[in-house]
Amino acid sequence: MQDIILLDNIYKIYDMGEVQVMALKGVSLTIQQGEFVAIMGASGSGKSTLMNILGCLDRPSRGNYYLEGIDVSRFSKNELAEVRNKKIGFVFQNFNLLSRTTVWENIELPLIYRKRMTKTDTDRVHQILNALGIETFKKHYPNQLSGGQQQRVAIARAIVNNPALLLADEPTGNLDTVTSMDVMNILQNLNQQWNITIILVTHENDIARFARRIIVLKDGEVISDTPSESYHFTPTSKTS
Amino acid sequence: MSILFKIAIRAIIRNKLRSSLTVLGIVIGVGAVIVMVSIGQGAKVIVEKQIESLGTNVLLIFPVSTLHTATRGVEGGVTLTAEDALAIKQECDAVTYVSPGIRATSQAIYGNMNWTTSVLGVGPDYQTIRNWPLSSGQFISPQDVNAMAKVCVLGQTVSANLFGALHPVDKIVRINNMPFKVTGVLSVKGESATGRDQDDTILVPYTTVQRKIMGITHVDMILASTVTSEARFEAIDQITALLRQRHRIRPNEENDFTVISQVEFASKIVETSRTMTILLGSIASVSLIVGGIGIMNIMLVSTTERTREIGIRMAVGAKEKDILLQFLIEATVLSSIGGMIGVVLGVVLSKFVSYFGGWPSLLSPLSIAVAFLFSNMVGIFFGYYPARKASRLNPIEALRHE
Repeated sequence: MQDIILLDNIYKIYDMGEVQVMALKGVSLTIQQGEFVAIMGASGSGKSTLMNILGCLDRPSRGNYYLEGIDVSRFSKNELAEVRNKKIGFVFQNFNLLSRTTVWENIELPLIYRKRMTKTDTDRVHQILNALGIETFKKHYPNQLSGGQQQRVAIARAIVNNPALLLADEPTGNLDTVTSMDVMNILQNLNQQWNITIILVTHENDIARFARRIIVLKDGEVISDTPSESYHFTPTSKTS
Repeated sequence: MSILFKIAIRAIIRNKLRSSLTVLGIVIGVGAVIVMVSIGQGAKVIVEKQIESLGTNVLLIFPVSTLHTATRGVEGGVTLTAEDALAIKQECDAVTYVSPGIRATSQAIYGNMNWTTSVLGVGPDYQTIRNWPLSSGQFISPQDVNAMAKVCVLGQTVSANLFGALHPVDKIVRINNMPFKVTGVLSVKGESATGRDQDDTILVPYTTVQRKIMGITHVDMILASTVTSEARFEAIDQITALLRQRHRIRPNEENDFTVISQVEFASKIVETSRTMTILLGSIASVSLIVGGIGIMNIMLVSTTERTREIGIRMAVGAKEKDILLQFLIEATVLSSIGGMIGVVLGVVLSKFVSYFGGWPSLLSPLSIAVAFLFSNMVGIFFGYYPARKASRLNPIEALRHE
């Protein structure tokens, strides 16, 4: 399998005036196409920083980051924006949907920042709406939806551009247990059946067990990188 | 681009009240500019019409030198005579018609009506020089001048005050307690460039004024018309040379008379009215700029309020340029909507002013176009800073913004 991500000795140093804070101290890891990885760690462990770098929202201070074989660690802001647009999908804890904007418009958002909307793009939005079982809400506004439904819309938006990598940052943090399981099942299905590479950031063991590999960070370093012991997968009809 | 346009429009519609208040500033600005400029232009039109009524080929000759005007004033010049006028007519080939002018103030009486007005002694050419048709009767003839006849031609204001609805021709009015026969009535001329009622006058032969009313031998001024409007400079030179010779002025001496062209005289007034237009327009522009600051204010609030939206857009791949354009388009759309409403408001208001205020307003397409374009530029100018601020946001921080 192809290395979708190769991190080579990544450092992130925040210059806080007098002191320098080292958020990442030489993180190296590889993630392959089709993996479902959970990144765990206490707050302050550097997992958010790693997440931002993986998501091309930020650049490492040192080290190299190869995404699909391309070194993106020295890309300009605009180049990073383009990488995010084409290769990365985000799912956030607080959903981050545009308010007063319909579900449909939220989902097509990554596509409108490309050159031109085509028939294929419209078909793609339809396909995703159907796959996630939210086509009945397409004209609704986010505030008319439940938390679980909103997170489905967010997932739909994350995969509409057919990304190489789906980054989920505490995707169940604002959801109750039942809905959390539901959302995790969707992610698992996307990983298994659509073969989307997923990186999940969480501090909950119950959520991390949906992944197949668990990386634990502490003080900006990887302290363990193991396959998930309790990995289980139950296909659901929603994403088939 | 069209997508960004759509996004901007949607954002404007989302906040209807705020958007309309923002637009209001520009509406008032553009409206004010258009109204002010059209009022100023109207004033210019009035003045230009009056210049035309004066005649663009008319020269005035006064018996003072330009140098002495400042020290001695206009009074007391006795150097011009009716013979000077005749000589000008005969010897200056750039000049076609010449008439002396003597001004006196007198009371005119008809029956039990009386009216104090200016009595102007003129020659037969006066009517042609001033291009002033009669509404009835006849003008002063050369024979009247030779005979110092007690005849007069009434201006409309005088005619209305003495005769009302009666027909004045061949009636006798008393001027300075002397009976004058009315030979004609002038048509309406209206106000002069300086606001004097030109119809409030009685014209009599200049010889009659000299001998019978005032007992003088000089004239107050000489009016001359030139062949064409362009010939006036040549005519000024000819008249100056002739009068210097007639008045025996040595080469190193100052003129004891002044030749003024009506055009030059009136163009000063036009200049004044242009200055007024510029002044009014610039005062109005200030309100347009204030409107622009309003837009900037709202856009700044809006970018802060929508920080998370900007973060989301950046996360899914919006580039700096996309965010910049989105907010810039929003500001520009707001200001051009304001501009359009402002144009309509300005046009309606200036029609209103000219209808109820009795002031002619001239809507110049140029001022409308400039005001509209300026409003767009205000939008771009004041929208740029907030838009740039938005586009420079860090996506990570923007996403975390509550």
